[in-house]
Amino acid sequence: MAAPLGTGTRTEEPGQEKQDAQEKAIAHPERAEEAKLKAKYPNLGQKPGGSDFLMKRLQKGQKYFDSGDYNMAKAKMKNKQLPSAGPDKNLVTGDHIPTPQDLPQRKSSLVTSKLAG
Amino acid sequence: MIPGFENFMQDVLWCFSQVKGTIDIGVTEADIISTVEFNHTGELLATGDKGGRVVIFQREQESKNQPHRRGEYNVYSTFQSHEPEFDYLKSLEIEEKINKIRWLPQQNAAYFLLSTNDKTVKLWKVSERDKRPEGYNLKDEDGRLRDPSMITTLRVPVLRPMDLMVEATPRRVFANAHTYHINSISVNSDYETYMSADDLRINLWNFEITNQSFNIVDIKPANMEELTEVITAAEFHPHHCNTFVYSSSKGTIRLCDMRTSALCDRHAKFFEEPEDPSNRSFFSEIISSISDVKFSHSGRYIMTRDYLTVKVWDLNMENRPIETYQVHDYLRSKLCSLYENDCIFDKFECVWNGSDSVIMTGSYNNFFRMFDRNTKRDVTLEASRENSKPRAILKPRKVCVGGKRRKDEISVDSLDFSKKILHTAWHPSENIIAVAATNNLYIFQDKVN
Repeated sequence: MAAPLGTGTRTEEPGQEKQDAQEKAIAHPERAEEAKLKAKYPNLGQKPGGSDFLMKRLQKGQKYFDSGDYNMAKAKMKNKQLPSAGPDKNLVTGDHIPTPQDLPQRKSSLVTSKLAG
Repeated sequence: MIPGFENFMQDVLWCFSQVKGTIDIGVTEADIISTVEFNHTGELLATGDKGGRVVIFQREQESKNQPHRRGEYNVYSTFQSHEPEFDYLKSLEIEEKINKIRWLPQQNAAYFLLSTNDKTVKLWKVSERDKRPEGYNLKDEDGRLRDPSMITTLRVPVLRPMDLMVEATPRRVFANAHTYHINSISVNSDYETYMSADDLRINLWNFEITNQSFNIVDIKPANMEELTEVITAAEFHPHHCNTFVYSSSKGTIRLCDMRTSALCDRHAKFFEEPEDPSNRSFFSEIISSISDVKFSHSGRYIMTRDYLTVKVWDLNMENRPIETYQVHDYLRSKLCSLYENDCIFDKFECVWNGSDSVIMTGSYNNFFRMFDRNTKRDVTLEASRENSKPRAILKPRKVCVGGKRRKDEISVDSLDFSKKILHTAWHPSENIIAVAATNNLYIFQDKVN
């Protein structure tokens, strides 16, 4: 029976490896953090700090609504209710057509600031 | 003792003075303070919040009865500056959050300030009314019209004193000039113009003209796929009306001279610190993004804030800052989680004291930091209700980085990252500071001996 891979071939103690990793982390904390992040999200963008972040920043506040889609969906549904948004109301994708109920309340603050109280 | 000229860290003890706002278990988003600014004399202190409201505090006259109590700030005026809007054409929700407030220098009895949200800048006039006309002929004291046939005599209305009323009126609305989100406004030293900066463009306005503005910087690439950096902050030089600076998400600052050309896409000076390539990581560019840039009062230096440091640059030296101060370097080993919870994108501001000898900026856990540029000493203080007894001296705080934690220290893992101090302000000539801690405004003063 073949021996399982990895047994009997290590020359380093497991403790030594851990110590090396710790030393590296102290010398380059950012790199250690980067490794942690890549481990969690292997598909993270190739362009760090580049277009992805900036695009997200530039598009803040963008909502998508097509009145044609909305009216078609309403017509299709006839008497049935339109499917409402899930818990994340800010994400409007796919077949979901936003309805007036889905929009977060955009009341202006008519209440006086508590700093002035 | 002239403030700022003493040996700062030894002689100045910061004391609690006032706190504004309520103690709520859950903070209403609208109450989150988004900007704080003293006016040029320090008599007025303005705050803006996420709900689009502005509150102005005025310093009371110092009384002879209580000489140990410096003038306190009381509410002077409050108004709704901006309201939420929806741009139907672009399907864009426009937040009412006040991004910045800037005061104009006072030129008559009224006060003027600029307030801006993501898209629209407004000029507000705040004025006092303490007299009113009485004795009209055609209406009675309640304002109801009198029957003209009953009027047999003629009198001249006279001005009589009334209870002080402070009115805020919008005098100009500067709209529709920004495709992207406004991050800065800055009043020019000529007092006739000001600039507004968004992610990709900077516009120059004349206070009198609302339907036109000049575009002075445009960094939008022809192909948006090539976008690599955005404008993060901008400010006019305090004395030279032709000079301004703007900072970028790549950690660079450009100084521009409006005399060279109408469109200042080509900078006059370019400030960038060389990076050590061996230190580069995924986070490098994100944490180098400058969140605030401020000229010193003297106009000789600029200060920039990025995620972990505050830097002072000499306008005469472009290749590196003359001073770098670590705000919270212990966060370097927490960048992974700070990226995941978005805290790495928090935009901290920074301020100079009146004499440019001390700089201040905020951190997490309601901590804020001060650095004395002369003695190179620094202190960490906390804005908290626990230290809010009148004139209580603030105790310096310390974050313990690892190993043994002393009794008064707090460990990095215990820091509350939801309590962030992004906005602070320093009185133009005295040691009085205003610190915004989420929905509360703290005012601290130095101890009067």
